[in-house]
Order: sequence, then C-alpha cells, then structure tokens
Amino acid sequence: MGMLISFRDWIDARFPLTKMWEEHLSKYYAPKNFNFWYFFGSLALLVLVLQIITGIFLTMNYKPDATMAFASVEYIMRDVDWGWLIRYMHSTGASAFFIVVYLHMFRAMLYGSYKGPRELLWIFGMMIYLALMAEAFFGYLLPWGQMSYWGAQVIISLFGAIPVIGDDLSLWIRGDFVISDVTLNRFFALHVIAVPFVLAILVVVHILALHEVGSNNPDGIEIKKNKDENGIPKDGIPFHPYYTVKDIVGVVVFLAFFSFVMFFAPEGGGYFLEAPNFEPANPLKTPEHIAPVWYFTPYYAMLRAVTIDIGPLSAKFLGVIVMGSAVVILFFLPWLDRSPVKSIRYRGPISKIMLALFVVAFVVLGWLGTQAPTDTKTTMAQVGTIAYFAFFLLMPFYSKIDSTKPVPDRVTG
Amino acid sequence: MKKQLLAILLLASPVLAFASGGGVHLDKANIDPTNKESLQRGAKTFVNYCMGCHSAEYQRYNRLGRDLGISDEDIIANLMFAGEKTGDPMTIAMTKNMGKKWFGAPPPDLTLVARVRGTDWLYTYLRTFYRDDSRPFGVNNEVFNKVGMPNVLWQLQGLQEPVYKTTVDENGHEHQVLEGVELEQAGSQTPAEFDRTVRDLVNFLAYMGEPIKQERKSLGIKVLLFLFVFFIIAYLLKKEYWKDIH
Repeated sequence: MGMLISFRDWIDARFPLTKMWEEHLSKYYAPKNFNFWYFFGSLALLVLVLQIITGIFLTMNYKPDATMAFASVEYIMRDVDWGWLIRYMHSTGASAFFIVVYLHMFRAMLYGSYKGPRELLWIFGMMIYLALMAEAFFGYLLPWGQMSYWGAQVIISLFGAIPVIGDDLSLWIRGDFVISDVTLNRFFALHVIAVPFVLAILVVVHILALHEVGSNNPDGIEIKKNKDENGIPKDGIPFHPYYTVKDIVGVVVFLAFFSFVMFFAPEGGGYFLEAPNFEPANPLKTPEHIAPVWYFTPYYAMLRAVTIDIGPLSAKFLGVIVMGSAVVILFFLPWLDRSPVKSIRYRGPISKIMLALFVVAFVVLGWLGTQAPTDTKTTMAQVGTIAYFAFFLLMPFYSKIDSTKPVPDRVTG
Repeated sequence: MKKQLLAILLLASPVLAFASGGGVHLDKANIDPTNKESLQRGAKTFVNYCMGCHSAEYQRYNRLGRDLGISDEDIIANLMFAGEKTGDPMTIAMTKNMGKKWFGAPPPDLTLVARVRGTDWLYTYLRTFYRDDSRPFGVNNEVFNKVGMPNVLWQLQGLQEPVYKTTVDENGHEHQVLEGVELEQAGSQTPAEFDRTVRDLVNFLAYMGEPIKQERKSLGIKVLLFLFVFFIIAYLLKKEYWKDIH
C-alpha cells in the first residue's frame, strides 16, 4: 500500500493524475436531482467506445475494395470467429448512437441546458452531432450493398444541385464520375481515421466545457449559486462514486435493450440493416425505393417536401437549403430562446405545446422519409417542415411572452 | 448529364415502388429453422435444382454440413458433384457472362437471397410460375412479372395456367388482370408434397442467409439472463451508495 501511494506521488510530481481525477470525478459536483434523461450522456460515451473497439476489429478483416468489400463483410459474418457478433454490435451501435444522442439532445431542450452559460457546450455538442452524421454516412457505404451505393449516390448528388459549382463539387467528393472504388477508399479513410479523430477531440472538448460550467439539472437551477462554507454546492454530490454507480445501472438497462436488438432482431425491422443492402452494389440496377437510414430520414423528408422552383433556383436546390438549415438552426437555439427560465417545469403552456409539436413533427418527418412519396405524404411533409421551423423561428416570441412559474432556490429532487 | 439522370431516377423511384408494391398477396412460408431434416432436404433440392445456374459463394460445404448435421462423407456423396474440397465455397462453373448471354441477366448468387427478398416472397415466387408463351422460357411469375428464370421445379410441380379476371377502369376500358394460377397438368409430387419441397428449400435459403442465426438467439438469452442478474447487483449497489443523499 505504501508503495502504491509513493508511486502515485511519483506520478503526481510529474503528471496531474490526482488533480485530474479530482477535477473530473471525485470532486466534480453534479446536481443531486438528475433523472432518467441524464443517463444518455454517459451512454453516448459508452456507445462511442463500443463503436471504436468493434470498428478496430472489423478493419482487421474488412477490405476497402469495390470488388472485395461486400464479400469481406460476409467473410466476417461467417468465417471470422465471433465476427458476426462484432459486426452486429457495430451496425446496432450505429443506430443506438443516434437514439442515445437524440434523447440526449432532447434532454437539453427539455431543461434548457443550452442556455447561458452553456451555449458553447451546446455548440460543441452540435458539432459532435454533425461529425456523427458524417461518420454514419461514410460508414454506410463500406458494406458496399445496394443501399450503401444508391444512398450515397442520392446524398452526393445533392451537392450537384448547388448552382455553378455543384457538378464539380460532387465530382470532387466522389473522386470519380460515379461512386466507385475511389469513393469507397476515401470514405474508408474518412470513416476510420479522420472523423473518429475529430469526434474524439470534440467529445473531450464537450466534457471539458461541461466540467467548467457545471451540469444543468431538471430544475434548471445553477447549483453553484448556493455553496456551503467549503465552497461545495449544497445541491451537488461528487460525480464519483454517486453518479458512477448510478450510471452503471443505466448502462445495464441500456445493454439489455441493445442486446435484445442485436441478438434477436439485428436488422431492426429493416431500419437498422436494410434488406436491399444484402445485395452487392450494382451501378446498373437502381433499387425500387431508395431511402436513407432512419436517423437521416427527418431531414430527407424535408428535402423532398420542397417541390416548387423559385426563379432560377430549382426545387432540389431549395430542398438542400431547407435540409441544411434544419440542422444549422439547432446551433442557434441558445439565442432563439428568450425565456427567463431554463427548465420546462417552470415554463408556460405555449413552450410545452411547441416542444410537443416539435417532437411530433420530427418523428412524423422521420417516418415520411422512409416512405415513397405520394401527394398526401408530400403535403404531410410540408406541414411537418413548417412545424419544425416554426418551433425555432417563432421561439424568440413565444418563449418571451409565455407565462412562467417561480423557480425555487434549491433543487426539488 | 448525371444530374438529369438522377432527376429521372428520383422521379421514377416512387413509380417503381408503387409498381412493385402492387398489393401482391404472399403466402406464409412457415419455415422451421430448427428442423434439421427439413434443412437437409432443402439443401438437397438446392444443390440439385438451383446450383446449375446459381452459386452460393459465401457458403462453405463443410459449414453447411456442420450446421445441418451432415458428415463430410455424406456431403461429398450427396451434395458435391464436381470434385471440390469440403472447405470450398458453393460456387458454380457457369460464369456471369454466360449467364447474361443465356438469361438476359446473370442468375444472382443466392447465399443472401432470403435476407433480400424475405422467406414469404421466396415461398410464393417458387410456387407461382405459370404458362406464358410470350416469355422466352414459356413461363411468367405471379410475384415477379417478366421473370427471366425458367420454372426449374416444373417436373415436381406440374404445369400451371394463369387465371385472369376482367376489371373495368374509370374510363370504361376492360383489363385482364392476373388473379391467380391453377394446376393444369400434375407433376411427380402432389400439391401438398410440392409445398413441402419448396418450404424446405426456403428454409435452407433462410439458413444460408445467416448460418449463425440459431446460435445468436441462444447466446442472446444467456446474455440477457446475465444482464438481469447484474442489474440487481448494480441496483443494490446504487441504493447502498445513495442512501445518505436526500
């Protein structure tokens, strides 16, 4: 024991090990009233680690070559020991990542976690979300199935809708006139090196920003305003051991859901692994119905909702603008919200109704994005798109005029 | 140029989706993936009737033997005819180019066909070929219109004739719509026997699509049981730590 302590002291004299441990875990004071919604941050970190580890093992047998990629995935599924498990973990993990991140983001919207002083924390989080979408998009091409190929074809062609530079830009992205071996190779490089590297840095920055300002909580109260004589927030408890042991419970429940999908329905009802993707990519055969993977479908529905040209601007280009704006507008949330209170608990009925409408719009748009468009469905997507944007663009008004309830001084458990 | 092409594709995709989803009724395959005899019969039908033209290039013979309970000797005697080794994948001699020349499109590899099409579709497809003299092989199919494949199981099934019904559209024009098929000339199997043959074959195709499926499920039960026990421990641990927090 004495030896261990002197070893720790030896390290501490040369590296801030104990200091970091205390700053981020044993003396990081988190509000004691975290509820269900506060599990998803640590779960997102868990899924990131899971994706990186399974990804490393997949690259040991995957071949980023248009003539071999599809077969190498089947090789992993059949001939590599436990390869099927690693592959299903990775494919289920991709969808789980988005589920967890969407719930994590929704938590921020429920309790106003993006509001000052956490604007930068929200911005870093949004950058993680963008990087995650890029990571998922590049990764989906790698199995080189029909949906991989045609999904990428449709998305890259969106860049072609940009006036003047569009064609050259999509050519530059593909590195070829069609999606080919060249595209596959560069997507592989981006998927396994560039984007994960950016993601890891962003996650560190996100957590550093969080630990600087401190966690928000379901009451939207700054616990740092109420400190005891030792300078410790009265409503704060050390992250370790309290939240580490609590998060273990969350991890086990999450893993149960995750395992249920992975072992009993790895295709996720055709949403996590799409049936046409079990057919190798064929540039000469367009699938009957091309739909992106479920986590992109709300934006895809908004893209297709735009059906009119305005002057020289094509409907497709305008759709791309709408789709891009739908993501970009999230960055501005901290400045769109003018409510004097953070948490939904102390907001008035208008804010509650608008948030509920937003959730309905997002889910309905997500479903519409998986469907082949019909007149009715296009109209629905248009209504959904308007509702989606109304939530953000009207927020400066309704968040300001909405009634509020008095916010307590201390957290309410 | 490509932009136009894509625009056409995007425009056509809903039409194609509509065309394919035209409310075709699929019969339930009701396969039993745990029935080894059924899988073995299916394997035999596959090797005898399908592998003339279709490969199963991701499936190895000895894996099939191991999973279906067939010894290497029996595999060599009953399922392998071209002197391959038991560790070889189930490839065929016919090249893609030959296939394209003879059938218009190369017959697809069938290892994963059950995961692409689904078992009900395959079960219906294999049983609903009907006589159509306008087609190169003299047959068409209820769920795959203008199919390029001949009915390779016709000696077992017999010959089926199409049954049409007449519908009138909103402009008063009459159309002949395919309603179903009926057996015209009996084959060597009764309809019930033939259904079983196809069911076994589809069962085998489903096995081939994901050989690990049964093992995956049984491992899943163990993992969930472990997580359940671990949940109780984790929950009690949390409760113990948190009892001084109010």
